[in-house]
Amino acid sequence: MKPPPFDYFAADSIEAAVQALADAGGDGKIIAGGQSLMPMLNFRLLRPSVLIDINRIPDLAYVRDDGECIRIGPLTRHRTLETSSLVAEQLPVLHEAMGYVAHLAIRNRGTIGGSLSHADPAAELPMMSLLLDARLEIQSLSGRRTIDARDFFLGALTTDLDEGEMLVEVRLTKLRKGTGWAFEEVARRSGDFALASVGITLSHDDGKISNVRIGLMGVGETPMRATDAESLLAGQPFSETVVTAAVDSIRRTVEPNTDLHASSDYRRHLVGVLAEQALSKAWQRATQAAHD
Amino acid sequence: MTEPVVIRITVNGVEYEKSVEPRLLLSDFLRNDLGLTGTHVGCEHGVCGACTVLVNGESARSCLFLAVQLDGAQVETVEGLGTAHAMHPIQQAFHECHALQCGFCTPGMLITTVDLLKKFPEADDEQIREGLSGNLCRCTGYQNIVRAVRMAADELKAREVKEAAS
Ligand SMILES: Cc1cc2nc3c(=O)[nH]c(=O)nc-3n(C[C@H](O)[C@H](O)[C@H](O)COP(=O)(O)OP(=O)(O)OC[C@H]3O[C@@H](n4cnc5c(N)ncnc54)[C@H](O)[C@@H]3O)c2cc1C
Ligand code: FES
Ligand code: FES
Repeated sequence: MKPPPFDYFAADSIEAAVQALADAGGDGKIIAGGQSLMPMLNFRLLRPSVLIDINRIPDLAYVRDDGECIRIGPLTRHRTLETSSLVAEQLPVLHEAMGYVAHLAIRNRGTIGGSLSHADPAAELPMMSLLLDARLEIQSLSGRRTIDARDFFLGALTTDLDEGEMLVEVRLTKLRKGTGWAFEEVARRSGDFALASVGITLSHDDGKISNVRIGLMGVGETPMRATDAESLLAGQPFSETVVTAAVDSIRRTVEPNTDLHASSDYRRHLVGVLAEQALSKAWQRATQAAHD
Repeated sequence: MTEPVVIRITVNGVEYEKSVEPRLLLSDFLRNDLGLTGTHVGCEHGVCGACTVLVNGESARSCLFLAVQLDGAQVETVEGLGTAHAMHPIQQAFHECHALQCGFCTPGMLITTVDLLKKFPEADDEQIREGLSGNLCRCTGYQNIVRAVRMAADELKAREVKEAAS
């Protein structure tokens, strides 16, 4: 189908974009890569009065080293993140996950700001932001605020963003030296949205698991952290028993949907298998780093 | 409301100045306003890849772009690749490998291959398959398409070597 009629405004600054959002009184929509918004317009699931294009705002696409953290501009394309050497060195788990995001032509256009704001429960970047405890900078006419990723995702395609707000930066703390990590995903075809996936970072602390973070996606209304499993693992020596306990806990806490692509039971089973694989991979990497 | 906007856009090296409604998709602009019907439209939601074109040198879905966004941009479509008498090496390889049957997916496959081989000139079969994963073909079973892309990759590399030597 074709999109419904709307006005078009190419903003030249963040200020102009949030002003236009305010002027539209809740009927305006930002367009970044358009890779999620355009399908929704073509299906007429949305009828904004005005599209506010942020592609012409200078300096909105960047990946910067800021000491402790990596700062990412909202208009940074998936392809840029995928090929960024800074990301590969400092956030290897994100680098790995980017390889699973959509297809080449879509990665050329899609942006981190768009992916987080769109908040698809099976999208990689929202889960990565949760796993890596991202801090999100948000701007509106009334100023700036910062929100933790864990407070940002409220439901499928629903975030804490207000109608007049724009996501203006994503901050990710670098992984500490020696961090073990893993990202595992199963999708029907390469580049499709995930049926389920698991991301993990952890450290090897004198033979014990520490600083463990587990992110899950495709198995609920939002991406989530497996907080129960994280507590089960924290401070324990790595063993089959403790891994099994963590996997069981994950399977108990998730509530996946049944859809065309997979049943709820299948997804629940799958997320456990992926968690087990990811845990052992991450532990291997952390152990290797501890011995180097 | 929704007033037409004048854009200047270069398509296959030709500059156009056109007035477009903001909601006009690039795919429809190319096909209906410019008569360039080589760009095919399958799904209009980014899934099939038939409408893939190059925007400022990078592959993009033309059904997910608004013409109004492209003021000042360079677009290349399958019509810009080559002609029946002077085929682009990628077109030649598709022809030789029987990499098309009905041809519906072919423009998108060809344009995707241009970007794929620019980014991964040394692509192996797995990378070729991954690179084409966003393009659906209902006829060929993909085997011959992958063969064609490999042949095109070899040919493009051989040409580069020749050029470097001369
Ligand atoms: C065929 C296909 C397959 C895909 N597969 C995957 C996949 O496997 N994994 C995956 O993660 N994604 C996938 N995607 C989605 C893709 O990654 C999108 O690029 C991404 O979800 C949205 O980013 P965008 O820049 O295109 O946003 P847009 O489509 O431009 O915008 C999406 C939403 O976010 C809002 N928005 C955008 N930027 C901002 C901002 N800075 N501040 C506030 N609001 C903003 C818009 O108003 C809109 O509501 C796929 C898409 C397609 C078409
Ligand atoms: S028509 Fe654009 S991807 Fe199918
Ligand atoms: S040749 Fe018919 S769809 Fe590909």
